[in-house]
Amino acid sequence: MSVVQGKRIVVAMSGGVDSSVAAALLKESGYDVIGLSMQLYDQREGDVTFGSCCTIDDLHDARRVAVSLGIPHYIINLERRFEETVVANFVHEYLAGRTPLPCAHCNSELKFAELIDRASAFGADEVATGHYARVDQDQATGRWRLLRGVDSTKDQAYFLFPLTQAQLAHAVFPLGHLRKTEVRELARAQGLPVADKRDSQEICFVPNNDYASVVARRAPEAVLPGRIEDTSGHLVGQHEGIHHFTIGQRKGLGISAPAPLYVVRIDAGTRTVVVGAKTDLERSALEATGVNWIAGGEPSGPVRATAQIRYRHAPAAATIEPLGTARARIVFDTPQPAITPGQAVVFYDGDEVLGGGWISATLR
Amino acid sequence: MTTRIYLDHNATTPPAPEVVDGMTRSLREAFGNASSIHAEGQRAKAAVDDARTEVARLIGAEPGDIIFTGGGTEADNLAIRGVLDAAAPTRSRLVVGGIEHEAVINTAKALAKRGSAVTVLRVDRDGLVDPGALADALADDVALVSVMTANNETGVIQRVAEFARLAHGHGALFHTDAVQAVAKIPVDVAALEVDLLALAAHKFGGPKGVGALWLRRGTLLSGVITGGRQERNRRAGTENVPAIVGFGVAARLARERLATDGPLVGALRARLESAILELIPGTAVNAAGAPRVPNTTNIAFENVEAESLLIALDLEGIAVSTGSACSSGTLEPSHVLRAMGLPHRRVQSSIRFSLGSTTTGEEIDRVLAVLPGVVQRLRAVGRR
Repeated sequence: MSVVQGKRIVVAMSGGVDSSVAAALLKESGYDVIGLSMQLYDQREGDVTFGSCCTIDDLHDARRVAVSLGIPHYIINLERRFEETVVANFVHEYLAGRTPLPCAHCNSELKFAELIDRASAFGADEVATGHYARVDQDQATGRWRLLRGVDSTKDQAYFLFPLTQAQLAHAVFPLGHLRKTEVRELARAQGLPVADKRDSQEICFVPNNDYASVVARRAPEAVLPGRIEDTSGHLVGQHEGIHHFTIGQRKGLGISAPAPLYVVRIDAGTRTVVVGAKTDLERSALEATGVNWIAGGEPSGPVRATAQIRYRHAPAAATIEPLGTARARIVFDTPQPAITPGQAVVFYDGDEVLGGGWISATLR
Repeated sequence: MTTRIYLDHNATTPPAPEVVDGMTRSLREAFGNASSIHAEGQRAKAAVDDARTEVARLIGAEPGDIIFTGGGTEADNLAIRGVLDAAAPTRSRLVVGGIEHEAVINTAKALAKRGSAVTVLRVDRDGLVDPGALADALADDVALVSVMTANNETGVIQRVAEFARLAHGHGALFHTDAVQAVAKIPVDVAALEVDLLALAAHKFGGPKGVGALWLRRGTLLSGVITGGRQERNRRAGTENVPAIVGFGVAARLARERLATDGPLVGALRARLESAILELIPGTAVNAAGAPRVPNTTNIAFENVEAESLLIALDLEGIAVSTGSACSSGTLEPSHVLRAMGLPHRRVQSSIRFSLGSTTTGEEIDRVLAVLPGVVQRLRAVGRR
């Protein structure tokens, strides 16, 4: 008899193949599984086509999977909290000239925060998700460690860096040891109704990847035109609002130039978008705020690590200098292109997440 | 697997075994089209008319004044749209209660969108429609007043006869959605003095998808669903014979059992309610000051999220409900409790228990054994 036999656990079900297989694996291992799906935004507003995660169809898929597994399933309404935390932050970041990472905010501030509370109310001590990540406890220190999923093409530890020790203590990631192809095979073998469903690629509340419209709809008064300048400060064009831009962006600048131009800087104060050559994108260091040291609290001095400045970024060798008050400076061995304020910088020791923070500034 | 305790009879009821038998027999033996002249058709027609007689008897009506519909919502739609469509051009206003079921509220909203004048009547803290508000709303342009007999969420019984007299005094017709009242309290169309009354079979042991509109003879009403001449040209479409037969059986059972079941259910509700108030601090009954149908109690649990309480109870094998469910099955704040002026926090903390004729004292005991612990757990989490 397994140690988890009859132990109650809540699994967050999005209706996708990953969380469905996570639920199936938990059920198979003897857990008393409760499926919860989160309704995060009002899907009836307008006629827009919503993104690919947790639409009403996805909620129905989650329910079908739960029925096929024979587990109870509930949809909980978190619209208000989602709007107040994740969406509000998303809009605020764009208007501040940064490029937000809502999924990471959602994981720590909403998903795990809310689900752990709910789970406890339902007599469950643990919360599982379909993330490709691993968690274990360091026997020496008692601290919980966050590790990359073994499938490097799907690893999602990057999005989980803000999780607190208390949250990690309750987190279960059943897919952390699996490859995506194995997850698909398991889904088919189990006959799950979502076995062949395509993966979601978009941010759930942003229809058709149209970030600008989401910002403009919620803060129309803050959407103001401004200048596009080159790196010498010469006017080269006009724009309709800084929220249309991200660092490294090449398309949609509306400027014809002999060599390709990239957004290299966004100045929210003057609403100026600065464009330059590809080499102008390179930065050797950055500063981060909201730094969460998962592995062992803030170190007393600089540590060597690899750092990732966006989800799809090859980890680069760097020195992490703690600055106190949850801040840090990250100095790369070689300059990195398009370091983007608002995104997360996550530091690793091999597969282990040492910590991470929000990129606030870049340094040459 | 624990046995389930079903306390959500205002949502729907388990079909009575006699209903299942009657419907099964009808499917096997009365498959004909009730409009056909041949023997098969006649058999189906006879089954429909037997059911019509039973439904009529349940509400003190004549069989010829019953129009079968595809449910309570359709009956409300037929009443409201049918009366407004047939009314004189000078009478175009619709007056509805502030705590009506969505079948009425959303029909009124749809008509308002198309240009009809609509007045919504305020209710007091106990959910009772204010007679003064109705008196103020009544003018010569009012075609129809619609106030429900009993509310689905609180069980509050409105003073329908008084309202109907007021409406008639101004030449307006009066409709009542009696879906939650029929088979819970005596409902008699003559005593209520109404012109139209809607009911649904599945709220008292009948099948889903069948209901009826009673229409006072001589009342002008246009059909809404057009087609064949079924139901005296008021509701087109081949009769759903097995469902109507089930409706008839349920109506007969309800009539036979109301006098005994009503007080039994009422005693169980009283026990549940007083024990909750006594055992669990920070609880209050919503609409406690109003007359209520005997099976329903709507209780606020301070500092408990109703959504979580519902789920926690379901996991314990107890089915209750809160507010009205939207399409995806999530919860929206109850418009009924909001209309009563209850604070948002209390609305979000309120749960409805609705008992039925099959509810037992053992089930109530089990609920009372489980509930205090569940509430305590939820409150502990909320305080973190």
